[in-house]
Amino acid sequence: MTNVRAALTNLADMFAYPLRHSHYLELVNPLWTRHVLKARVEGVWDDTGDTRTLTLRPGRGWRDHRAGQFVRLGVPVDGKRHTRTYSISSAPSRADGCITVTVKAIDGGRVSQHLARKVKVGDYLPLGEPQGEFVLPDAMPVHPLFITAGSGITPVMSMLRGYLGEFDVIPDIAHMHYAPHALDVIFGAELRQVAASQPHYRLHSFFTRDGDSHFSAAQLEQSCPDWREREVWACGPAGLLDAVEAHWDQAGLARQLHVERFHAKEASPPADGVTRGKVFFMASQVEAPSDGATCLLRLAEDAGLNPPHGCRMGICHGCNTTLVSGCVRDTRTGALITEAGDTVQVCVCTAVGDAALAL
Amino acid sequence: MPIPSHLTSAAIAEFGREIEAIRNEVMDSRGERDARYIHRLIKVQRCMALSGRLVIYASLALLPQWGHAFAAWSTFWPAIALGTLMLGCAKILENMEIGHNISHAQWDWLRDPAIQSGSWEWDHVCPSDQWKHSHNVKHHTWTNVFGKDADVGGYGLLRMFSYQRWKPFNLFNPLWALLLAILFEWGIAIQELELGRVAKGRVTWASLRPMWLKTREKMLRQVLKDYILFPLLAGPLFLYVCGANAAANIIRNLWTYLIIFCGHFPMDVHTFTKAEVENETRPRWYIRQLLGSCNIGGGKLFHIMSGNLSHQIEHHLFPDMPSNRYPDVAPRVQALCVRYGLPYNTGSLSRQFGTTLLRIFRMSFPGHSTLLDGYPGKGSPA
Repeated sequence: MTNVRAALTNLADMFAYPLRHSHYLELVNPLWTRHVLKARVEGVWDDTGDTRTLTLRPGRGWRDHRAGQFVRLGVPVDGKRHTRTYSISSAPSRADGCITVTVKAIDGGRVSQHLARKVKVGDYLPLGEPQGEFVLPDAMPVHPLFITAGSGITPVMSMLRGYLGEFDVIPDIAHMHYAPHALDVIFGAELRQVAASQPHYRLHSFFTRDGDSHFSAAQLEQSCPDWREREVWACGPAGLLDAVEAHWDQAGLARQLHVERFHAKEASPPADGVTRGKVFFMASQVEAPSDGATCLLRLAEDAGLNPPHGCRMGICHGCNTTLVSGCVRDTRTGALITEAGDTVQVCVCTAVGDAALAL
Repeated sequence: MPIPSHLTSAAIAEFGREIEAIRNEVMDSRGERDARYIHRLIKVQRCMALSGRLVIYASLALLPQWGHAFAAWSTFWPAIALGTLMLGCAKILENMEIGHNISHAQWDWLRDPAIQSGSWEWDHVCPSDQWKHSHNVKHHTWTNVFGKDADVGGYGLLRMFSYQRWKPFNLFNPLWALLLAILFEWGIAIQELELGRVAKGRVTWASLRPMWLKTREKMLRQVLKDYILFPLLAGPLFLYVCGANAAANIIRNLWTYLIIFCGHFPMDVHTFTKAEVENETRPRWYIRQLLGSCNIGGGKLFHIMSGNLSHQIEHHLFPDMPSNRYPDVAPRVQALCVRYGLPYNTGSLSRQFGTTLLRIFRMSFPGHSTLLDGYPGKGSPA
């Protein structure tokens, strides 16, 4: 049966060549495509003053997520696509086939501001496959301790909702959650409601700007005395996760700890005056020293590589490659390119400090 | 025609700076509006291709053999012509305003993986990556330099300038030009193979083989689609659909030929020798792009249908600027040219194509044309 389907798809693609038949299905409904995965925004809901939950309907080809996983979401801001990762906050296998992500608008964060303020129902957003190992084991019954702060609640919310969908009375769960104020708690009402109705779910909230302290050993002893027997899932800002990791390391229980960290995608350019650095060419596994003035194409050639190129003056785009990490400068405009995955024209760009390229 | 000599090096450098200022300003202002333009255009093009093909099939129901009230040649021909024209226009849009411009990396900044210069394949018998080499690299870097830019040398087929040596073969210039126009996409596809060099023994056929295999694959897939698969859907009426598709392809060929020949061949366009461009600075490169390109005047629809190659000058100055911005940029470039006393070759379609035709006919015969190419000797490439 799958063979017949594949043959039919191939035949349909021959008619659509050089496109694929799915490019034409996209005209009717963007969710029917196979060549890209998109999601339709079905609803927006403001959880707190600066947090919004988007309900997304993934298109054909979506595979269900496991509670705790994240997705890459494409966000067009002023036409340009930015890709960010967000934990899925809904339970797996929802009856309506939708997922939710919960986005906190970060001060000065153009992408999160756009997602939390501008995206509207009916928009289509490019979506990635669900990814990540921050999940509850399938088979083993566990008694988890969740330690979350701020929007770090999102993957854990998916786990909680998963449990609630599966059991009338959910198993023994301890949860320590940190937020600046009581009003800032994302899913606050839902968490309180679960805590009130589920006898084995114990929620300990800490409001760090209303007098409570940040994570400490004493706090842990007090809220969850049996923490040594529990497996731990922690998600939140780097400060919290560092403290949690240090504590479990010290106790020799690091194996019981699962941590989800989200890294900033953009490299910050090095301090003024830094020019010299090292350029790493990933595909060739070659490193070359850079003086900050020689173009990347020359660096590669001097290092013995022969990358594709054409005009050597920035017009033909034959030498385009992608930035893996670090920072480069377009010598024509002086503009800095700092976002991993951005296109780099190596014939007119120089490295600013260290950089890695896909070449 | 040589580079105007009234400008000092300092003035040329200043001209270059002003051109770059325009580029940077426009590139910094790219945004939502531009993204909407290309996304909408792609949608319109795909709908048009699809509906053009549907109209072609629907027109078959009007063949006189069916015997119903509307079945007559007088209804059939206009219907199939309409479908063919729609398909032809869709192919024109795909090749010019969409494919050509995406391949120039004009839309890479959107970071939409579906419309990147590195991966876009166009509806044309020439594989995109080979075309990008002969076009983006050779033609755009070496614009109008004899011996470097195959386009200025009449695609190795035509004599287009007085500086090309006349051969008896050129007596049939108009005939070759007509054949090239009808088969333009095939001409472009084999241009990169440079078969002339094989004939002269400069390269071996074996060294071209990998490239040829790729071209052949693309050609076969295009032929399979337009001349076998779609016609087969019509069953016994195969030939009608096949003919309509062929006509649509020829409409596209003729139109692209018309626009592209108006870009670099009208009267007063400048050409250059390899010696003239040695150690060329970037500002001088801008001047060469300006002098070697010609614009065509027209309305908004005309500009879109020509892939904005009617703004050939702006396209050559800023090949990776989104083409929908060329109409805004053109008056600024023209004003700059007035200020620097540089020519800005623009005219109506009839002036630009008329003088191009004149060139094709005049260059059939030996000798130098002062009317078309100025006085010889003053830095002329001959």
